[in-house]
Amino acid sequence: MTTATAPSTVPGPVALAAVRPLVEVEDLSVKFVSREATVAAVNGVSFAIQPGEVLCIIGESGSGKSVTMRALMRLLPKGRTKIGGRMRVGEHDIMALSDKELTQIRGSTISMIFQEPMTALDPVYTIGHQIAETVVKHEGCSYADGLKRGLELLEFVKVPSPERRLKAYPHELSGGLRQRAMIAMALSCRPQLLLADEPTTALDATVQIQVLVLLRKLQRDMGMSVIFVTHDLGVAAQIADRVAVMYAGRVVESGPVRDVLMNPQHPYTRGMLASSVHGSARGVDIEAIPGSPPDMRRLPPGCAFAPRCKFADEACRAASPPETVPAPDRTVCCFKVGSPALSS
Amino acid sequence: MSTTPMSTTPAPTARPPQLSSVPEGDLRDRGGPSQPMLIVSDLKKHFAIKGGMLNRTQGHVRAVDGVSFTVLKGETLGVVGESGCGKSTLARLLMHLIPYDAGEVLFDGESIGGVRGLTMKEFRRAMQMVFQDSYSSLNPRLPVEESIAYGPRVHGIPPAKAKEIARELLTKVGLKPDLFAQRYPHELSGGQKQRVNIARALALEPRLLILDEAVSALDKSVEAQVLNLLRQLKRHFNLTYVFISHDLDVVQYISDRVLVMYLGEIVEIGPVDAIYEHPKHPYTRALLASRLSFDPAERVHEAPLTGDPPNPINPPSGCRFRTRCPMAESVCAETSPRLEGAVAADIHVAACHVQNPGSGHSLAGKAPVLVARPKSGAAPLAATA
Repeated sequence: MTTATAPSTVPGPVALAAVRPLVEVEDLSVKFVSREATVAAVNGVSFAIQPGEVLCIIGESGSGKSVTMRALMRLLPKGRTKIGGRMRVGEHDIMALSDKELTQIRGSTISMIFQEPMTALDPVYTIGHQIAETVVKHEGCSYADGLKRGLELLEFVKVPSPERRLKAYPHELSGGLRQRAMIAMALSCRPQLLLADEPTTALDATVQIQVLVLLRKLQRDMGMSVIFVTHDLGVAAQIADRVAVMYAGRVVESGPVRDVLMNPQHPYTRGMLASSVHGSARGVDIEAIPGSPPDMRRLPPGCAFAPRCKFADEACRAASPPETVPAPDRTVCCFKVGSPALSS
Repeated sequence: MSTTPMSTTPAPTARPPQLSSVPEGDLRDRGGPSQPMLIVSDLKKHFAIKGGMLNRTQGHVRAVDGVSFTVLKGETLGVVGESGCGKSTLARLLMHLIPYDAGEVLFDGESIGGVRGLTMKEFRRAMQMVFQDSYSSLNPRLPVEESIAYGPRVHGIPPAKAKEIARELLTKVGLKPDLFAQRYPHELSGGQKQRVNIARALALEPRLLILDEAVSALDKSVEAQVLNLLRQLKRHFNLTYVFISHDLDVVQYISDRVLVMYLGEIVEIGPVDAIYEHPKHPYTRALLASRLSFDPAERVHEAPLTGDPPNPINPPSGCRFRTRCPMAESVCAETSPRLEGAVAADIHVAACHVQNPGSGHSLAGKAPVLVARPKSGAAPLAATA
């Protein structure tokens, strides 16, 4: 197995905790190449996650949040994708892993849950079989032991009458139960890192809150790190320790969840919060962000948010803003941070 | 800007209001301001489930099961509920896109599609719908201008004039006609497509618009733009909205009155503030408590409800919510609670035995109230003395 070629010094003046981060991503870029165009989906994303930490990546559709996650698991189609930068998870240098090694760590060290459990689960096998298969594959135990683990796991994720559900096919379960079954499968080999790609977006409000409370509890009990991708600020507030806000393939702001949501610095984060109808007064227009997200095939030369930003000036349109650190443990990519226009 | 009265089509009464003017008294109004726009009584739709060897009916999905309410002129009625509760079926029934099994819908006091009252064609003009999936509801082979002009043309407006209307409506929904009129749906973003859908729905100058999860598929920043647009159009065209959504925050923002559905039935209906501040039904309380605060300090540590909604094929006996209700008693399994007087306009009622002093429920008459701060996580239930 490849030894980790972790970056010797972590860039940025943020003093990281003494514990070595479980995940380090440095200057990740992902480009999709086709004959017509090259889509720059992720443009230089860096972050680190401590063991047992929950990072929420917040962004709208097309911001590159799901692509970042898939890059971490190398799930992107090989020939058409160009990945740059460095990624380390535990002792593994993700970019240097062979296909065989990748198969080994997928599902054991890193596992993933998706938005649509119906398409992520195999419709022709029972839930029990799918969990047992994963366990047998990674831990080399017998099929019967795998099924036994499956039963424990279904109890663990609080599926009612788990014996019956073990023998059920995905279509026989409700949306909430399917998502729980998928979580059970993802946790079957005690991963160090769980990637969750909008796992509650397709669920109803009363079921979403159940799954969020459960995920948070499981994460604490197992001490695993989680990267949770969502477009919903309320979900982030509910589950995250830290958040990273993405726009047009860049992290525009990051920091502890409370600081970012209660005291946002980047105009985009502020716009997102202002345009959410959360308790807005009726009869008053919402402060919507004008325009729409940029075309990822033709990104503007400067700050990608500049065309929609009311604070933007010539400097913003000319060059991409560097990462600044307005407070310990926080980063913002904006020329205007600290300027009087923004600090109102 | 040219005004385009659609006088070529036989309107129910007088000439419809002009596109670019705010109508003072709406000339299309027949019943007067106090006549509700829509009266729905005891509406039912059961879908048969076929299967087995002879493809016989094996059961029914009771998608909408005895629903009565009114929609007042000029208001926005929000309809909330979880998936499978019958919201979208209700929308399709109101639009007469699918026939209903029982019940009646009156539009401005008149029956629809019968010998008397409105013909189906007149009715379709007066009521239009915007769907959730903005892409699949537009014809991929037509430029958006053609899509918008299609309705008016069917209703007898000359093609040139119909196009003029289309371009004017594109302006109204914030899309420059010179830039967008000739584009095909795949050349537009989600928000722009939904704006086109709204323009198309307005092309026949309807009086009532049904918005079925019209902003749910949009990103938050675009959702805010479309919500602002909808409010602005409502004033401009003197519209009435039925706004269906699963998003409680959006419904609170846009609605005047709110209707809560659970498994094909109305469980609570009332003015928006009453529902959000003093919900009466335990399901409404649970829904409201499931909203997520933006403040990480206000995290929910215990989910207000357990389990998923039951299957609408065999709903629980009595009160359909009793299987998930913290206050369920034997009376709840025996008799269905009734929603008294839901047709009246300003009333706030819930279909719950606890609300009815004579029901035999031990908590009846001592209705639990939501302890203040409805935004904070799990709202505790406390009985008032």
